[in-house]
Amino acid sequence: MPTFKVFRYNPKTGDQAYFQTYQLPEIKGMTVLEGLYYILENIDPTLAFRSSCRQGVCGSCAMHIGEKYRLACETQIADIGDSVSIRPLAHMKIIRDLVVDLDPFFAQYEKIKPYLIPSGEPPTREFKQSPAQRAKIDFHVDCILCACCYGSCPVVATDEKYLGPHALLKALRFVDDSRDGATNERLAYLASDFGVFRCHTIFNCQQVCPKDLDPTGAIGKLKMKALWAKFTGKLGKNE
Amino acid sequence: MFYDVIIVGGGLAGMRAAIAAHDAGAKVGLISKIHPVRSHSGAAQGGINAALANHPQGKDDTPERHAYDTIKGSDFLADQDAVEIMTSAAPGIIFEFEHWGCPFSRFEDGSIAQRPFGGAGFPRTCYGADRTGLYLLHTLFEQVVKRKIDVLYERFVTKLTVKGGRCAGVIVMNLHSGEFQAIGGNAVIFATGGSGRVYSVNTTNAHASTGLGVVIPYWAGIPLEDMEFIQFHPTGLDGSSILMTEGCRGEGGYLINNKGERFMKNYVSEKIMELAPRDITARAMQTEINEGRGFEDRYLHLDLRHLGAKKIMERLPGIREICLNFKSIDPIKDPIPVHPAMHYTMGGIECDKDGVTKIDGFYAAGECACVSVHGANRLGGNSLLDTVVFGARCGRHAADRVKKMSQTVDTDTLDSALKEEKERYKQLCSSSGKENPYTIKNELSQVMMDKFGIFRNETDMKKGLEEAKILKERFAHIRAIPDTGKFNYDFLWVTEIAGNIEAGLCIATGALARSESRGSHFRIDFSKRDDEKWLKHSLFTYVPEGPQLSYQPVTMGKYKPEERKY
Repeated sequence: MPTFKVFRYNPKTGDQAYFQTYQLPEIKGMTVLEGLYYILENIDPTLAFRSSCRQGVCGSCAMHIGEKYRLACETQIADIGDSVSIRPLAHMKIIRDLVVDLDPFFAQYEKIKPYLIPSGEPPTREFKQSPAQRAKIDFHVDCILCACCYGSCPVVATDEKYLGPHALLKALRFVDDSRDGATNERLAYLASDFGVFRCHTIFNCQQVCPKDLDPTGAIGKLKMKALWAKFTGKLGKNE
Repeated sequence: MFYDVIIVGGGLAGMRAAIAAHDAGAKVGLISKIHPVRSHSGAAQGGINAALANHPQGKDDTPERHAYDTIKGSDFLADQDAVEIMTSAAPGIIFEFEHWGCPFSRFEDGSIAQRPFGGAGFPRTCYGADRTGLYLLHTLFEQVVKRKIDVLYERFVTKLTVKGGRCAGVIVMNLHSGEFQAIGGNAVIFATGGSGRVYSVNTTNAHASTGLGVVIPYWAGIPLEDMEFIQFHPTGLDGSSILMTEGCRGEGGYLINNKGERFMKNYVSEKIMELAPRDITARAMQTEINEGRGFEDRYLHLDLRHLGAKKIMERLPGIREICLNFKSIDPIKDPIPVHPAMHYTMGGIECDKDGVTKIDGFYAAGECACVSVHGANRLGGNSLLDTVVFGARCGRHAADRVKKMSQTVDTDTLDSALKEEKERYKQLCSSSGKENPYTIKNELSQVMMDKFGIFRNETDMKKGLEEAKILKERFAHIRAIPDTGKFNYDFLWVTEIAGNIEAGLCIATGALARSESRGSHFRIDFSKRDDEKWLKHSLFTYVPEGPQLSYQPVTMGKYKPEERKY
């Protein structure tokens, strides 16, 4: 029978945070998210956790499960073993139980201008983009903003101004998009104090990404692009 | 707190409405119980229809042809003027998405790629691999960020306030603080999505798609339309019912029974095969399973193996990922076990082609709305289109309407509604009842699946309706909800169950009354379409003893009802 050891905290009670143990029935193929719902519906309605799509695409149920940040919905209990420890994402304020404050996560995302800035007036039909040009943004566009990378990043932990792996991956998605016309403006911002050069290349983000994306690689690529732009004078003069 | 236009729901319809209203000069507040990027629009996979004529075999495609396919697909229950609006707006709205950076897949000439989909005369489904919904959703959120539109996320709307036939705003529980708040608005747009969780034992839908969003306006006196029309998607993954996109078959996938046979040839012409519309394909599959040609009496095979690794990795990578994660199978090497699963509610809040409803200032858009463009059966690729076309129209209409109005915040109505909600919460938290609300939810969804599924008949439905009524009665005696303060998810999910029940009662009542078969609504005791008696929309008005039924005519146009052959 699987046992869940779940992080609990409710500011309303004034109690310290603690781990609570729940016994679950053995059900073949049960996911961690289904286990959490089992608890909510049958054992303890006070348990708080986010979820929605239950198919690994909405990004709601990112948490620390076993030894890893991952999505509860696409994690089979059987793959972890009978004793499952569940904690909220790190480096963010815990609001209650497994629910953390994502406002800073989205605030960093917004800073990189996460939208296409085309160089000129759009055509009457679509911008032409060859399959090869489209392939340059493959994977980067698959990010679901679940925050597993953000929760695992030690730079995020120590520097609240660091843009974070999610925002930087998103930035490369625009820098590498043949339709975007703001590359130098973007690189200048990304090369500033809290951008790509704050990354210590620890690879946590790459290791935990449930969509197998590579924020570490993306940041490396942006570093090179920013340096090249700097050396070739495209980012303006040094102050 | 006051906005010109309040939008409830942060999926494609809600965000597209927010952008349109903002661009038309309104002060917009976008409210959602989950963050917009968590919306279930993001789970849409296969694509969005528009007659772009980019596909080599689709050069003769036109919005008119798209309209005809949609109307025929709807089994002639769609309102034809609304369909024409949608299909002619389609190319423009796709190009707009593309100009906003949406990463569509591409053809060699650099144009937006299109694939064949069920019930369509030409390959007109524009796609981004099998993650089209995700790309559209994130593109819209990017535009919301660009415009700095106020996004109030994790606010759970529990009440729509209406006074004297006018909408004054909404009452929300702010999950972040655990407090109820009143938000006033000159216009309120509901874009709350579908009701899949009424069938939670077997649905492709997210936990969040409960139907409460159609039920809150219904309680406030706004009629619902065509609720009996429930779409079963042919290919839900066995076990979890997670969607396996129609794009699997659009790319050439086969449906196979336990005899190793491509059985669709026994139901539709050999030209169409697996690409018949969803109602027909789902019935064919259920027939195969019922007649003993399924596997383990439960599922059939969706076989992609002949497509080869390269095509699967390129066009259907998300499907492969889901199969690996949820079923430990690899579609490159193994057939996918699938069965029909509840997928979409064609019905919803009764509204016109601008989202206007019976209540002044209240609008609806997206799956929660019934314009109606899908009639009795929606074509794949038309729901994403519906959300953004009518989301945008609705947002513009609401903004234009409120532009000249002053901030007519009806503080009295909002205050008294706020007080009522706080009181109701207190009562829920101090209930002495014993019923487990989630047991009721599970029982309801089993009743809905068994009695109001793909094949329906009077005896079972009568029994089912009685069972649903008993469940509503039992729900009045649920156990107390713990007052946990912040992020009271028990309160949220239990409130959603009240929505499940009301939506379920509408579906049941409408289905029992409609003594014909049309589109997704198939009666074994009335297996033919009956245009003389039933070429009309069902309307559901709330009264405490159950929905009151009435009917209204379908808006016809160029296309006369004909036998639906594929």
